[in-house]
Amino acid sequence: MIRLENLTKLYGSFVAVDDISLHVPRGVLYGCLGPNGAGKTTTLRMIAGILRPTQGRVLLGGDDVHTDPLSAKMRLGFIPDRPFVYDKLTGAEFLRFVAGLYGQEGDAVERRIAELLEVFELTSWKDELVEAYSHGMRQKLIISSALIHRPECIVVDEPMVGLDPKATRLLKDIFRQFVEKGGTVLMSTHTLEVAEAMCDQIAIIQHGKIVAAGTVEDVRREHQAGNASLEELFLKLTGGAHVRALAEVLGS
Amino acid sequence: MKQPSLTHVLQPKWRTALQRLREERSRGGSGKLILLTIVGGLFWAGVFGVLFKILKYLRGVEELGPLIPAKILGLILLSFISILVLSNVITALSSFFLAKDLDLLVSAPVDWLRLYLAKLGETLIHSSWMVALMAVPILAAYGVVYGGGPLFAVYALFAIAPMLLLPAVLGSSLTLILVNVFPARRTRDLLSIVALGAAAGVILLFRLIRPEQLARPEGFRNLLDFLTVLRTPTSPFLPSEWSTNAIMGFLRNDVDPLPLVLLWTTAAAFVTLGALLHRGLFPQGFTKAQEGAERFIRGGFWRWTLGGLLHPLPVAKREFVLKDIKLFFRDTTQWSQLILLTVLVVVYLFNIQALPLRRGEPVGFFYVNLVSFLNLGLAGFVLASIAARFIFPAVSLEGRQMWLLRSSPLDLKALLWSKYWVGTIPLLVMGLVLTGLTNVLLEVSGFMMAVSLATMAGLTLAIGALALSFGTLYPQFETENAAQIPTSFGGLVFMMATIALLAAVLVVLSRAVYTYVRAAFEGQALGVTGEMMAWFALAAAICAAATVIPLRLALRKMESFEF
Repeated sequence: MIRLENLTKLYGSFVAVDDISLHVPRGVLYGCLGPNGAGKTTTLRMIAGILRPTQGRVLLGGDDVHTDPLSAKMRLGFIPDRPFVYDKLTGAEFLRFVAGLYGQEGDAVERRIAELLEVFELTSWKDELVEAYSHGMRQKLIISSALIHRPECIVVDEPMVGLDPKATRLLKDIFRQFVEKGGTVLMSTHTLEVAEAMCDQIAIIQHGKIVAAGTVEDVRREHQAGNASLEELFLKLTGGAHVRALAEVLGS
Repeated sequence: MKQPSLTHVLQPKWRTALQRLREERSRGGSGKLILLTIVGGLFWAGVFGVLFKILKYLRGVEELGPLIPAKILGLILLSFISILVLSNVITALSSFFLAKDLDLLVSAPVDWLRLYLAKLGETLIHSSWMVALMAVPILAAYGVVYGGGPLFAVYALFAIAPMLLLPAVLGSSLTLILVNVFPARRTRDLLSIVALGAAAGVILLFRLIRPEQLARPEGFRNLLDFLTVLRTPTSPFLPSEWSTNAIMGFLRNDVDPLPLVLLWTTAAAFVTLGALLHRGLFPQGFTKAQEGAERFIRGGFWRWTLGGLLHPLPVAKREFVLKDIKLFFRDTTQWSQLILLTVLVVVYLFNIQALPLRRGEPVGFFYVNLVSFLNLGLAGFVLASIAARFIFPAVSLEGRQMWLLRSSPLDLKALLWSKYWVGTIPLLVMGLVLTGLTNVLLEVSGFMMAVSLATMAGLTLAIGALALSFGTLYPQFETENAAQIPTSFGGLVFMMATIALLAAVLVVLSRAVYTYVRAAFEGQALGVTGEMMAWFALAAAICAAATVIPLRLALRKMESFEF
């Protein structure tokens, strides 16, 4: 469903994403892990068509995001890490606007808006301007907007940031059901427990390159990590020695 | 605990400013700097030149000569102070209550006095830099005409600095009180309407009293009365008067320390009182500033009215247009500018109506046509200013939401198309109404009416495209206040490009209009010749090129945006 071919992104001489190739099949929840600045957000934004790759290409359901953007993007729902939305629209107006961007309107959209607002407990806020929403409420609104056109795949950057435990659980359930029905989710996260519990497959990114990919079991086997937890595995692959040293400094 | 220095508290601000300069330079911004220097230099030279001539003339006039320059300076400084109080109130709201660094500063162990002084300094610089720059050629003209010498520059700085500080303290204190009464976001709405309403009122009042009548000799009934008025200070309690007295005293070699003492002691007292007020009211005000302006929007006014009209459009375009219109009318800082705009239009029409054109025939016919033709340039300039305010920022305002537009299947062409027509249609209606009404007031012929309306339509379409395109080529995605976007470098380039367009179109059309007016003046048959048609076609081609080429460039630029 999502295919990255030799994807590279340079900012001047800095290599943010270095020749990444990846295939996320239909019906899979795929986790993208990595330390801060590893290139996860850049990769996800290239998949969403917000950034243009320096080299390589992104295919969504066979359509190239950069040469055939409209049909590729019709399949996609993107949830960014920072919930910037129009402050002077109400929640319902924002969802209606996003539906319009995907060419959808009418009673079906109104029903979908009501349904999503109900699920995310925003119904009583639907006629209030977004400027009055909290960070978590904005995040819920953006998640609703990514689901409004019933996408085939969802690309999500740090989905749990700002959400309360109830909403976090709800989102996990939504993603799980979405994948069970044949949808595809590619998410980046720092929360390793979430990744371990939810993801069918993972990729660990370090310095713009994929250093490990597959199921957690595959990665353990490949790196001879025995029964190590994902956290231990992650630290091993991304420079855990520094973290241990840091912990000693902080603890002293 | 040792408190951080003021420079340290303000470090993020000045470091950011320095970094921006460095980035500009590394991006090859020297061309930009040269252009800004040339434009700024020309403006300074213009102000200096005009004032120099006036002052030099007045120096030679007996009796009135020594009095009027002081009065002029007093009035200039008084108008500076009025502008500064207003702009400080608005700036203080951002720097004291809405700035992004406040959470960090308030939560850090920085004492109230450091915070107050740092934010006061920030407010002072942001709201006074333009006035300070404007004062340079004015004071230079006084210094040169009166032979003040190089020491005058230092002395003038010493006399002007406290005059800038006082409105900053007053403005920030007023804001502090207002925020304690209303939530900060409501206060901003309220202030932007009040400020623009006040500015509009002043312009209207000034124009309607017809100051040009004062220049007529029959206006002075009694010279003695006039001299008495000139000798009386505007108000002995105003700091602008103290600065004037200090400066004029120095220039007349009659230095009196009192005005300077008054200025500096009052400034010190104001800062002390302002600091005390800050200590008492800031914590409460800052808490209130966190409150959102809660507003429920029920009903779907735009949906049922404009939504119906736009129904033939594809849904994505329709929703985009509706969204832009809703955002405009819900943002007080945006729509409140319409108040000023209405006043400008009223003043414009009033000026046309007040022109003494019909004193004799057939000269009247010639002047009427000339004014009607030149009016196109003026109306074009008015439309360009409006486009700079409302169309130029359109793409910049999408900045933070661009992730949504770029990740959705919205065609960028459709986005640009929507932005273009949402801005240009009201501009077109306004341009045609303005031209039509002025032509009715001037009682021009059918030919001139047709030429004016057609030219105005072409110009407006091009001006809208130029505004949107330059706004896309020079985007300001990080600016929070839409009103600041047109004052950027891109805004300046847009205005210059528009002036060039107006000049080109008017020069081309002048040939056709001249042929027509000459024929009428000489009593020949009036008709549209082949040569005239060629000029009209050329003007139309210029307008079409100025519409299509910039929009294409803007689309290409938009495709390369990365977020």
